Amino acid sequence: MYSVTSDRPPFQRFLDRTRDDVWRFCVAAAGANNAEDCFQETYMAALRAYPKVRSGSNLHAWVLTIAHNKAMDIHRASARRPQTSGELPDIPVTDGHRDEDLWAQVRALPQKQSAAILLRYVADLPHKEVAAALGCSEEAARRSAFEGLQKLRTEVTR
Amino acid sequence: MIDPPAHDVDAARAAALRFATLAQPDVAYTIAELPIGRVVLARTAQGLVRIAYADLNGTVDAIVEQLADRLSPRILEQPARFDDVRTELEEYFAGKRQQFSITLDWSLIRGRFGAAVLRATAAIPYGSVSTYGVVAAEAGNIAASRATGNALGNNPIPIVIPCHRVLRSGGGLGGYTGGLERKQALLELEGALSGGQLSLA
Repeated sequence: MYSVTSDRPPFQRFLDRTRDDVWRFCVAAAGANNAEDCFQETYMAALRAYPKVRSGSNLHAWVLTIAHNKAMDIHRASARRPQTSGELPDIPVTDGHRDEDLWAQVRALPQKQSAAILLRYVADLPHKEVAAALGCSEEAARRSAFEGLQKLRTEVTR
Repeated sequence: MIDPPAHDVDAARAAALRFATLAQPDVAYTIAELPIGRVVLARTAQGLVRIAYADLNGTVDAIVEQLADRLSPRILEQPARFDDVRTELEEYFAGKRQQFSITLDWSLIRGRFGAAVLRATAAIPYGSVSTYGVVAAEAGNIAASRATGNALGNNPIPIVIPCHRVLRSGGGLGGYTGGLERKQALLELEGALSGGQLSLA
């Protein structure tokens, strides 16, 4: 876990220390099939912006917020793409199948709820950072995550 | 509550490697094993900017941090970008290359006098040697022997800028930031020194 908030390490070190969390977030937020694109676009954007990050920023929250934005871009792009029938399903059948099902359900939630859950429980950001990433109040971020979890529960038990 | 998805550490490492291969950082670096020890090589878009003996500059991490501080934090490990440098160094250490054709980036060289000293040093041919006094004079200040020693000691690109060819006037080896055994080994490789004795041309 990388949570140093003072200095900006060499980018390679930053990549080494954040890649596991970013990968995990991309798998959950963009889906297993889009995780690679999400990951690559996240770090390309991070590398571009890196010299301008204010020292003292929380780099861990910063890169996960970028990953969140890239996952949203990927969602919007795939929503615009017409659904073709007769193709193989997007979700690979592996041991992680049930896990992937769950994250697919999270991604299908209303956008605010889905984002709040992913940032809070996958990115492991505190509600304060989630609120900053979503541009809402801490209270609203908390509420979105709570409502999303409730909705998931009713869907799972139905 | 909800559990995050399982960690796939191998997939994350592979994705990070693909990123580092394709990205365009300001500074690329790699580790190379030379007959005289492990070095960190670094280059920018302008050229080769640093050869750092790993054992004399702290850890590899410390060298990378110094490069990030002095050049740019946008630095990535990119071994594939050093094929040309590795080839030339291999040829040099096999005795098959007397001059390097790699373009250099001089941005880690400090000060006008420091640059003049290293330019004069770069002109000393393979197999021959010079002295601190001569190099100081060629750099434009015959009295600045201490500043000359400092400039040579701070040479950011040893081996390629051959500061090992500069000796003390009395015939002593003088100093070397990379350690005196390395200076001796490089001079022996070039045939300027045999059995610890200078072979006078």
